[in-house]
Amino acid sequence: MAETSELTGRRELLAATLAAARAENRAALVGYLPAGFPTVDGGIAACTALLESGCDVVEVGLPHSDPVLDGPVIQTADDIALRGGVRIADVLRTVREAHAATGAPVLVMTYWNPIDRYGVERFAAELAAAGGAGCILPDLPVEEADLWRKAADEHQLATVFVVAPSSRDERLAKITAAGSGFVYAASLMGVTGTRESVGREAADLVARTRATTDLPVCVGLGVSNAEQAAEVAQFADGVIVGSAFVKRLLDHEGDLPAGLAAVRELAADLAAGVRRH
Amino acid sequence: MSTEFFIPDNEGQVPSAAGYFGAFGGKFIPEALVAAVDEVAAEYDKAKADPAFAAELDDLLVNYTGRPSALTEVPRFARHAGGARIFLKREDLNHTGSHKINNVLGQALLTRRMGKTRVIAETGAGQHGVATATACALFGLECTIYMGEVDTKRQALNVARMRMLGAEVIPVTSGSRTLKDAINEAFRDWVANVDRTHYLFGTVAGPHPFPAMVRDFHRVIGVEARRQIQERAGRLPDAVAACVGGGSNAIGLFHAFIPDTGVRLVGLEAAGHGVDSGEHAATLTAGEPGILHGSRSYVLQDDEGQITEPYSISAGLDYPGIGPEHSYLKDLGRAEYRPVTDEEAMLALRLLSETEGIIPAIESAHALAGALDLGRELGSEGLILVNLSGRGDKDMDTAARYFGLYDEEAK
Repeated sequence: MAETSELTGRRELLAATLAAARAENRAALVGYLPAGFPTVDGGIAACTALLESGCDVVEVGLPHSDPVLDGPVIQTADDIALRGGVRIADVLRTVREAHAATGAPVLVMTYWNPIDRYGVERFAAELAAAGGAGCILPDLPVEEADLWRKAADEHQLATVFVVAPSSRDERLAKITAAGSGFVYAASLMGVTGTRESVGREAADLVARTRATTDLPVCVGLGVSNAEQAAEVAQFADGVIVGSAFVKRLLDHEGDLPAGLAAVRELAADLAAGVRRH
Repeated sequence: MSTEFFIPDNEGQVPSAAGYFGAFGGKFIPEALVAAVDEVAAEYDKAKADPAFAAELDDLLVNYTGRPSALTEVPRFARHAGGARIFLKREDLNHTGSHKINNVLGQALLTRRMGKTRVIAETGAGQHGVATATACALFGLECTIYMGEVDTKRQALNVARMRMLGAEVIPVTSGSRTLKDAINEAFRDWVANVDRTHYLFGTVAGPHPFPAMVRDFHRVIGVEARRQIQERAGRLPDAVAACVGGGSNAIGLFHAFIPDTGVRLVGLEAAGHGVDSGEHAATLTAGEPGILHGSRSYVLQDDEGQITEPYSISAGLDYPGIGPEHSYLKDLGRAEYRPVTDEEAMLALRLLSETEGIIPAIESAHALAGALDLGRELGSEGLILVNLSGRGDKDMDTAARYFGLYDEEAK
């Protein structure tokens, strides 16, 4: 799969991957891990392991000093990555190598300030050159996103917006009209982290979002096991899992092979979950 | 109906509909908070147009806070400032001991109007936390205060005050464990509990409408002081000076003077161990435009947009951001911002205590240190107005250790 055509790695690959899952009458599985965690090479190995073990798509987190939307698990991982000196070049290398190793679509998830500071056009160009499929920008509201969207379109990158249970219908329409790739539906009002159950609000939000767009709607926040993945897969086009993968690596801190085995096992479980009917 | 103490600026320097002062401001928030932030903006617009809101707030500002606050001339202190005349706007004499109560009472009324029953807030030195806990006690609201663990230790007295007032105080152990991290944690709480919770933001930063709204609640400082100093000194001052952390007391003082182009607006930032030391919180001196806590403004950050950890002896100024209206005033050239080190601030704190019998907060002492320099520059004809934003009781432990005032350390 290492050979990539002109379009692979861009948003067309993302669309094709999500469409293929839909054609199999199942939800796609989207995994998240921050770059540079536990090390840059370890993070590349972990992202690759996710894609090899059942994830259809991976989101690579750009670690931030002030991850306001993240719970303690991802905060801890970001801290470890930043203490290790992770740079944006390392994030881009993670995208490049995970994509090259698997041919799968790889996105970046990042707070806005690092991109604003690095240069919007520069980041979009370099992400596209690395084979990235697009970006999820959870603290960049649609009203502030024009500059990014222009650069993303130029480089054929997807712009994935987040919608929340508190989003009213007219706002959902505005957001989904501006987005591409898929829509990230936050299952609940809160920060990232595993939850006992996925909120009932999620199904309602997915239905309300679908009424405004043909884009796939993937659900994230709180999903940590195959049961929950199966439940969400009943009503969503994709299931996004982040903290649960991060936690597996944290549980095996200092023993990367064991951590990789644990994330592979979880990815396989979740992949079975999204295929359950 | 015109009111005397709640004096929003509806015509002068107002942000655009999207919340921008020039290139600064905006609303960089997660989608989950958009509805709540829009609700605050809509409710504030309604409240501004409602005479009953203004009347109730004015009543509180007079009969609870104790407004108008005094204007005190400090001639013995001013002798160390080249003979210029210096007046202090005594926000330290407000109920709870700082300017913070002005904003808190306004937002507490707004909380009640929105039908919310729980308030969260961040605090650095604890002055905003104490004011918020006070208003929550007064209005019967549930109150949770986030405070960096470093600050809970250096401002232990204020932690006790908040708890005495019935508030829950949560020490924040992430990041630099100071004000920035307390704000992060408050945002995390707000996202999860937004239905019944108002985030009573304590400074003129954050997403629109907070910078303009919090400024409006503090405008009374400058409006009063402008009238008072003309009555007392017969003219407008040459310069008005205030410390800036997030910038609320400074914008409150500056705002009424913006049209007075002959009046210099001088903000004093915390330079910690010196701007060149790397250990400082001098955002406007050493920062670059970026996004922190919901708006675009100057930010202390590295070349890849990671926020750098600030430092100041003053917990209230120990913040890597600044309100967007200050960034706008800086780039316009209408206001100037200067760094003041820990040492300069502490010497000014002691000087005011010993010459005038007024112990200022360490935050406000930065403004006093700036005024000493301004006075020397202006000479004996100079007239300076300083915002004494808070009193120093909370800082006695820090000051006692700094100057060796405890018996065992004096030995």
